[in-house]
This record gives sequence, C-alpha cells and structure tokens, in this order.
Amino acid sequence: MNENIIEFRNVSIDYPLRKYTIRAVTDVTLGIKRGKITALVGESGSGKTTLSSSIIQCISEPGKIASGDIVFFDNVDGEDKKIVVSKFKEKEMKPFRWKRVSMVFQAAQSALNPVMTVEQQFVETLLAHGEDKDKQKQRARCKELLEYVKLDAERVLSSYPHELSGGMKQRVMIAFSLLLNPDLIILDEPTTALDVITQSYIFNLLKQINREKNISMILMTHDISVVAKFADYVGVMYGGRLVEYGKVNDIFRKRRHPYTEGLINATPSIIGDIDKLKPIEGSPPDLMNLPKGCIFSPRCPYAQEVCVGEEPSEICLEDGSKGRCYFFKERDNGRK
Amino acid sequence: MAENKPTQTEVVSEQPLMRLENINMVFKKSNGLLTDKHIHVLKNINLDIKQGEIIALVGESGCGKTTLGRIITGLLQPTSGNIYLDGTKVTGTFKKKITSYNQVQFIQQDSYAALNPVRTIYDSLYAPIKTHNRKWSRAQIDEKIEELMSLIGLQPSSQFLTKYPHQLSGGQRQRILMARAISLDPKLIVADEPVSMIDVSLRLSLLNLMKKLNEQLNMSFVYISHDLSTTRYIAQNGRVAVMYLGEIAELGNIGDVVHQPRHPYTRALIQAVPIPDPDFASYDELPLKSMNLGSLENRTDGCCFYDRCLYSTDECKISVEYQDTPTARVLCRNLGCVPNQPIYKQKQK
Ligand SMILES: Nc1ncnc2c1ncn2[C@@H]1O[C@H](COP(=O)(O)OP(=O)(O)O)[C@@H](O)[C@H]1O
Ligand SMILES: Nc1ncnc2c1ncn2[C@@H]1O[C@H](COP(=O)(O)OP(=O)(O)O)[C@@H](O)[C@H]1O
Ligand code: SF4
Ligand SMILES: [Mg+2]
Ligand SMILES: [Mg+2]
Repeated sequence: MNENIIEFRNVSIDYPLRKYTIRAVTDVTLGIKRGKITALVGESGSGKTTLSSSIIQCISEPGKIASGDIVFFDNVDGEDKKIVVSKFKEKEMKPFRWKRVSMVFQAAQSALNPVMTVEQQFVETLLAHGEDKDKQKQRARCKELLEYVKLDAERVLSSYPHELSGGMKQRVMIAFSLLLNPDLIILDEPTTALDVITQSYIFNLLKQINREKNISMILMTHDISVVAKFADYVGVMYGGRLVEYGKVNDIFRKRRHPYTEGLINATPSIIGDIDKLKPIEGSPPDLMNLPKGCIFSPRCPYAQEVCVGEEPSEICLEDGSKGRCYFFKERDNGRK
Repeated sequence: MAENKPTQTEVVSEQPLMRLENINMVFKKSNGLLTDKHIHVLKNINLDIKQGEIIALVGESGCGKTTLGRIITGLLQPTSGNIYLDGTKVTGTFKKKITSYNQVQFIQQDSYAALNPVRTIYDSLYAPIKTHNRKWSRAQIDEKIEELMSLIGLQPSSQFLTKYPHQLSGGQRQRILMARAISLDPKLIVADEPVSMIDVSLRLSLLNLMKKLNEQLNMSFVYISHDLSTTRYIAQNGRVAVMYLGEIAELGNIGDVVHQPRHPYTRALIQAVPIPDPDFASYDELPLKSMNLGSLENRTDGCCFYDRCLYSTDECKISVEYQDTPTARVLCRNLGCVPNQPIYKQKQK
C-alpha cells in the first residue's frame, strides 16, 4: 500500500486579481502519510489554507491551481488506485468531498448555518450524499457522533449555533467532519479562537479519532507548540513555499532550516530558559515583492552570497526530510 | 510573596502605585422579560500594583480581564469598591479629574480599531501630546514624536509618520499604540492582549519593547493575556494574577505559579498549555471534572470553581477564603488536599 494518502506534486496556486496575480503557493511537493497527523505550520499568509483547501477544490475565489497535480491514493481490496483529484470536474468532486476528505474550516463558528438546528444541518448533508433516508437511522448516526465528541447529543441536536459555546461549536464541526466516514480530515486552525483548556480537550479528542478510526489528518496552525504536541510529521511554510518537511521529532532536534530554527527560538514556553529566546528580525515576506534568491535571505542570520542569487531548490535527505536552503544538508543543530 | 525590600541606593516606598480594594462589577442584562439578569463579572478583587512592576492578568476568555483592565484605567466605573492612585482615592472622581488618569494608559487589543483610519500616524500621535502639553510648540512636539519613534524602533520615522493605519502591519500598529500611550508619560500602562493578533515571529520583539519601556522608564505594566507562555516571558520577574470567573484564583510570582501552581484551576491551566518540545507531548486528562466553564449568574459565596474541582468538599459550596502559601495567595479552602508537586521538573539553567 502506498504510504501516502495524498501527494501534492509541484503544485502552484494563483489568485488572479484585476491588476496583478498573487502566487500564494509555489511549487509544493508533499506527501501526506496515511493514518498519520501531518501539520502545516506557518505564519498568516504563508499559504496553508490555500494549499490544503485545494485538495477538495475549495480554494477561495478567484484562486486556481496554476500548475502541478494532486493525487489521492485509494485502497480498494489491497490494490492501490491512483486518482488525480486536481483534474476532477465538480461532478466528480462532489461525492469525494466529505466522503473521502472532509474539512473543518477556520472560524468553524461561522461555518454553521445560523438559522438551522444542528440536526437539520447534519441530515441535510446526509441526504445530499444519498445516504440512508431512514429518519431513525439518521438520528442515531448523528447522536453517536455527537456523543463521540463528548457532547450532550439530545440537547445539541435541537440547538441553533448561537446557543452553543465556541468549544461546543468546534466539536460539532469535528463530529460533522466524521459524518460520512472520511479517510482524511483537514483541520484549519481548529483551536485558534479557543482557550487552552478547550484546546487541550479538542486535541485529545482528535488524537483519539486518529488512533481509533485510523483517519489521516492535516492540521494547519501558526503555533509550533501545537505541532510538538500533536503531529507526527510537519511541513513548514513560508511565503507560499514548503521550506522544510520531516518528522516532528527530527525537525525540533535538528532545526535544519534557519526559518524553522527561528520559529522555535522565538516561541515562548512555560518551561525552559527565557534568555535563550530571540525574535526573527525583519518582517514576513510580501508576496507581491519577494526578495531575490532565497525568500528568507533578508531575515536569515546564516545568509551567504549564494543565497541572494538563485532561489534554492529542494534538497531531499535519505531520512525522508527535505528543505529549501542551500545549507540544508550540512545544517544540523542537534541538541546536546 | 516577595516584599519590596529597601535597597541601599533607593528606598522603595511601601505605598503601591495603585491599590484596588474590593472591586465588584455587575452588569445588568435586560432580556426583554420582566426581570433583568445580573452578571457579576468581577467579584471582590483586591490587588496592589507596585511602581515599576509588570503584573499579568491571565485567564480564559470571559473571566473579566478586559473589564478589570478598563476599571484600572478609569474607562469603566466599578459597581463597588475603591481605587487608590498614589494613595489618593480616585474612584468616583475621575469623570471630573480626568488628568489624574493620564497617568494610566490603556492599549487595546485591536490595534486597527484603536487608530483613526483617516488620520495619519503623525496626526494620531500629535493630538494627544498637544492636548496634554498645551504650551508646547510644534517643534517641541515633533522632537517628542521623533524620540518616541526611536524608542519604539520604527526608523526612519518619516517612513511611518505619513502613513495611514491600514498601510502598517499589525505589529507596527501595536508599536504606534505603545508610542501614543507613553507619550503622556504615564506611570502605568494596561496592555490588553497586545500580541494575540501578531505573527509569531514578531511577537517577541514587541514583548521585548514592553520590557525595555518597563526597565528604562520604570513604567508599571499590567499585561493582560490568555497565554501563559508569553506572560512568563514578559513578566519574568513580575507577578501574575490567575483569574477565574471574575475572581483572582491565585496570585504570586510568575515563576512560582508556573512551576508549582497551587489552585486546582491553575494546575489544570498550566497542564493544558502546549509546550514547544515533542518530548513533552502528553495526552493525559486534565485534572478537571468538566470542561465546561461555569456561569457568572446566580453567584454564591461558595467557590465558583466547585463544579469542576477534583478536590472539592461540601464546605466549598458554602464559603471560600484566600489562603497564603509560601509562594502565593490562593482562593481555595482545601489546599491540603490539592497536590503541590511541580507540573514539570524545570529544565532551567
Ligand atoms: N481569496 C483570495 N483572494 C486573493 N488573495 C488571497 C485570497 N485568499 C488568500 N489570498 C492570499 O494568499 C496568500 C496565502 O493565504 P492563505 O492560504 O490564507 O495563508 P494562511 O492560511 O497560511 O494564512 C496570502 O497572501 C493571502 O493574502
Ligand atoms: N458592557 C457589558 N455589558 C454586559 N456584559 C459585559 C459587558 N462587558 C463585558 N461583559 C461580560 O463580562 C464578562 C467578562 O468579559 P471580559 O472582561 O471581556 O473578559 P475577558 O477580557 O477576560 O475575555 C463576559 O461574560 C462578558 O460577556
Ligand atoms: S538559503 Fe541561505 S538565506 Fe535561505 S535559509 Fe538557507 S542560509 Fe538562510
Ligand atoms: Mg489560513
Ligand atoms: Mg478581553
């Protein structure tokens, strides 16, 4: 069986605007491992949402895949089947979305329809996907899922979104994403607006779903602490590039890409030495006015002459990690 | 709690810069029915803010941090209780004596909403300085603005002063708010979640700026946040008040509170904070009975954490009082039953 469930192959994504075009994602090649949790970490505007939502063709208007392919590996009776989902017409995408890949959008708060009860919304989705029309069975399925995310199912089913707290709404959205038994769930900053205690519950819940139901996950976040706690693999995004990818443990130990190192060093924690922290100088890249060469070079403390010439291409190492930095191979800040 | 001890060079006065005494805040919410709902948002807050200290207010959203911040700054009148600034009672008087409150400045969370969108940055800085120093000439004010811009690290200043708020990044706008707040030479700045909307890579430099202002100008800071990690960074040598449903659950030096939390709520809160190191990844259940926040309505004299607490006894429902431990002041009557070992063995130094 292919160990990847999704592969991005040299994917670039554009937003053609009236006067100019924004390239939000540039040449990303990335495999999402089956059954694992892959985090995409990066600051706002780094292209996380654009990249992930392209899997189910939900890039916000007027975004378009400019080049590259997205491949989904289906597994039918032990046989690998390769499906190029980026070539799907809407007619083909419709049964794929929610059934094979579901997404919990950022601001899940507003993703729910304010004038429908939770039950009505669940049932509508079940019907739209031609699921069982038996009312009893539908209700039982909804109840089962809401109880699974530790909600008071009876009460929540008859509630309108405004009657639920932020943490409850987020759990409703997670239950919703499980409705059609998908193989992969995409989670866009699922806890950004929530408090740490609620966040902790939600992550424990997601980890449980990942383990018990063997559902693969893509988790987008700007918080590297969340990556450390939750993910198996991580892709670091900067200015629309995937600048580093590897196992979470390796990334934290080796910090090969200078941006990854900078992010880790700039993240305060409740333990450890405060004096060792330092900010990344400069400001995030402006996609309309990217620097020459490596786009991190103006902020990079290790930049050499070569870095401001051509943009570095991906360097892949034997252990499966890779990164866009001229010195990716040599740099290994292994912790003592 | 560490007491201010007089050092050889300076005598630190015993009198706090600001004293909050039994502050209560009750909002009335009319729901269209006959009875109004009363929401007791802050309950019996007692807090001293010392000259030159950084004190943090942390807690989950809705616990009353912003409300307390606005009361400290005089933007909101508490329902009951007294506030003393430099020993002088200011509660109830500030509507007339607004100038005394120039000594306390508020920096709000949303930097975009805080600046007038049709004014240049220069104008936004100029106006309050002019109001504050009527006799100053334009040249004097310009000099002051230049000094401020250099202090907050926006150089060359001409590049920023002619711009409008939307032309600056969130981090730059927060710096401008900081400049505007210190332009009136306050003794105390209340900063409400100043970095929560700022990109990770820029947060630290903004926190460093606040630390610098605190050290160089000896300004006190009240740092409001829901994030204990940034709080520990900025208030490294300061104190933290952990708030829960409008009360201070635990008050102590930040190092102690984070290392060895004593209130059952603080223990859960610290354990919930993710640590940027996969060696610390854990999926242990939090020490809580329920994940649901309690309600601000129908308050009793009992402990408001009762419903979620693993160590509660029947008495907790009836009343609760502060207890002083060697490191903190804790609103819990059963401290003997609450574990007191550190959550993490500190890997420091
Ligand atoms: N609908 C859109 N129209 C134009 N530009 C967009 C749109 N959506 C996103 N972008 C731009 O694409 C870039 C990447 O955005 P996004 O994928 O949302 O990043 P992230 O999720 O990492 O914050 C940003 O520069 C953003 O401004
Ligand atoms: N003007 C107001 N009228 C009624 N309720 C209010 C008002 N301001 C705040 N509240 C309520 O007070 C509580 C505390 O709010 P706030 O101080 O903003 O908390 P925090 O800043 O900790 O998130 C919340 O339940 C909020 O809904
Ligand atoms: S390529 Fe050069 S500038 Fe870019 S991250 Fe590596 S060392 Fe820094
Ligand atoms: Mg996003
Ligand atoms: Mg607030």
